[in-house]
Parts: sequence; C-alpha cells; structure tokens
Amino acid sequence: MRKLLGIIALTVFSIILFLTAVHLRSFGSPPHAEMDKYFIEHAQKEASANNVVTSVVFDYRGFDTLGEATVLFTAVSGVLMALRHYGGRKK
Amino acid sequence: MNSVLVNLPFIVVAILLAIGFYTIGFKRNLIKIIIGVEILEGAVNMFIVALGYVKGGYAPIYTQAPSGAIENMVLPTPQALTLTSIVIGVAVTALMLAFAVNIYKTYGTLDVSKVRRLRG
Amino acid sequence: MTTVIIRTMTRILTPAILVFGSYIILHGHLTPGGGFQGGAVFASGLALLIIAFSRKRVKEMFEKVPLSVFESIGALGFLGIGLMGIVMYTFLRNFIANSGAPFGMPTPEGINPGFLNTGGTLPYLNIFVGLKVLAGLTSIVLILFLILRREENE
Repeated sequence: MRKLLGIIALTVFSIILFLTAVHLRSFGSPPHAEMDKYFIEHAQKEASANNVVTSVVFDYRGFDTLGEATVLFTAVSGVLMALRHYGGRKK
Repeated sequence: MNSVLVNLPFIVVAILLAIGFYTIGFKRNLIKIIIGVEILEGAVNMFIVALGYVKGGYAPIYTQAPSGAIENMVLPTPQALTLTSIVIGVAVTALMLAFAVNIYKTYGTLDVSKVRRLRG
Repeated sequence: MTTVIIRTMTRILTPAILVFGSYIILHGHLTPGGGFQGGAVFASGLALLIIAFSRKRVKEMFEKVPLSVFESIGALGFLGIGLMGIVMYTFLRNFIANSGAPFGMPTPEGINPGFLNTGGTLPYLNIFVGLKVLAGLTSIVLILFLILRREENE
C-alpha cells in the first residue's frame, strides 16, 4: 500500500517536472544578465585574467569560495572522525 | 513538439531528477541511495549550466578564442556556481560513504529497514 | 593485490596525470580549469597509485607525505591572501593585478594568446586551493583504502 502510494506520488511529481521543463524559457536564451555582461567585459581589466569563470570564482565571489573550502575541510575532518576507530593510525 | 525538441536538456534534467527521486525513495541499499543522491546532484548541476547557455555561445575564456567570441559568450556565473556545487557534492558524497562504511561495520548490513530493526 | 598489468600501467600513467594536474592548477587563469579541477586530477593520479599497490607499499609511500599539513597550508594561504586584501581595500581584493609583482603584469584587452605572468592573486589562490583539494581528496581515498585493505589482510 505504501509502495503504491509512493509510486503515485512519484508519477505526479515526474509529470509536473516534465511539464515545467517543456514550458521553461527556451534553451539558449537566458534572461537579462547585466551582471554576467559586466563580468565578461571587465574581468580582463580588473582581475587581469583571461578565464572569466576563474575570475568570478576567485575574485568577484572569493568569499563564496572560502566557504566552499571550509566545507571541504569540514568534510575531510568528518570522514576522518567517522572512521577513526577502524583506520588504525591517522593520516 | 517543437518546444520539446528545443528544451531537450531541461527534459533530460527532469528525467534524471525523477530517476534520482525514485532511487532515493524505493531502494533499500544505502549505497544505492547514495548513488541516487549523486544522480540528483548531477541533474541539478546540469540544470544550472543549461540555464546559462547562450545560443551559439563560446566558452567565457579569452585565451586563443575564435574571432567572434567576445560578443557571444556563455554566462560565466552559473558555471562558477556549478563548480562550487560540484566540490561540495564530492565532500558530501565522501561523508555519506564514510557513514555507510560505519553503519556496515556496526550492524553488518546496508539494508535501511534492517538497520532500523536492529536499533530496536 | 592487483595484477601486473595494472601496476605497470600505473607506473607509466601516474607521472603524466600528475604533470597534467599541475598544468591545470598553474594555468587556471588562462585555460579551462583552476585549483579545484587541477587538484581533483592530481588526487585522481594519487588515487590510482593508492589502489594499484598493496597496503604495505602504500603505507610506505604515504608515511612521509604530510597531507594534513598540505591541507592546512592551503586553507591558511587562502585566508592570508584574503587578509592581505583587507589591508589594501577589502577582503580578497585582487591587489597584485596590474602592479608588476610576480603574476602581476597587465593582461592585454580582447583575445590574446594568454600570458602566464598575469592574473594577480588568482594564480596564488589557485595554487593554495589546488594544494588543499589534492590533500583532502587523497586523504579521503587513503583512509577508505586503509580500512578496506585491512579487512582483506586479516
């Protein structure tokens, strides 16, 4: 019974997802993007880097990347903590 | 029918999301549930990148770009956010696998329902 | 213990993978890639090294490698460059760009062949983040490997 209910819910959800995907803004025409235009035009002058994605990641959104590095650090220490009893000597 | 063909990447994303939710909801093996989470993550990353695509655009990199690339570049911010999301996904997956190993060592099984039963 | 085919191919492939990872880290501001991707490539080379050899060899190989120190150097270097930016103007300000310091030459406008000596703080941050990612991913793979192989041996 629970499985049947789950299948019905999943089907309804999938249909909604499919309809949303069909009726989204058509692929290849993003909305107004002044911020991205600014990044593309000014990345070479302000960050002096050819790769705009890297200059967004490390310069314009550097604080975000700091948080991301913190998440990675937390995950590594979490893995070491979770497996501490089985790993023998720690690395 | 035409809009279906135009929006094919979004539809692939929707199918992947449905597969991921099916895997999470109906499978009992913890490793399979982790695989489902990974599928969901890939779907979301694909969705973000696909939202930033400009028709006929080039990669937002100036090094030896083709001559017409400057006026027609793909949006860089979604790609940067996807990069963040991928790294966080790797971290979360490693953590989930570590806990799965832990659960297997403790209970001797990866079946979610049996784990619950053993807890009492 | 893996077969001799895997061990031989690992000996051939690992230096190439490590060099490619270093290239991606160092050229992060010019070509597709950056610290995270290059660190992941580097860590995959080390993971190949880890899974191809026996537990004893891996322990010998990685006993001298201070992975946690690398991870800490990566995090502290990132923070340090960000705080040096605070001295100039704001957190993580690109204060080396166009200043003439190493990696500080101005980049020409528009399409260019790409000069390594540009980018300001970006190459430094790439290197630190690459160090951090390769240490983190390698330590995850290493500790999972050590646990699983221990079961096998006993």
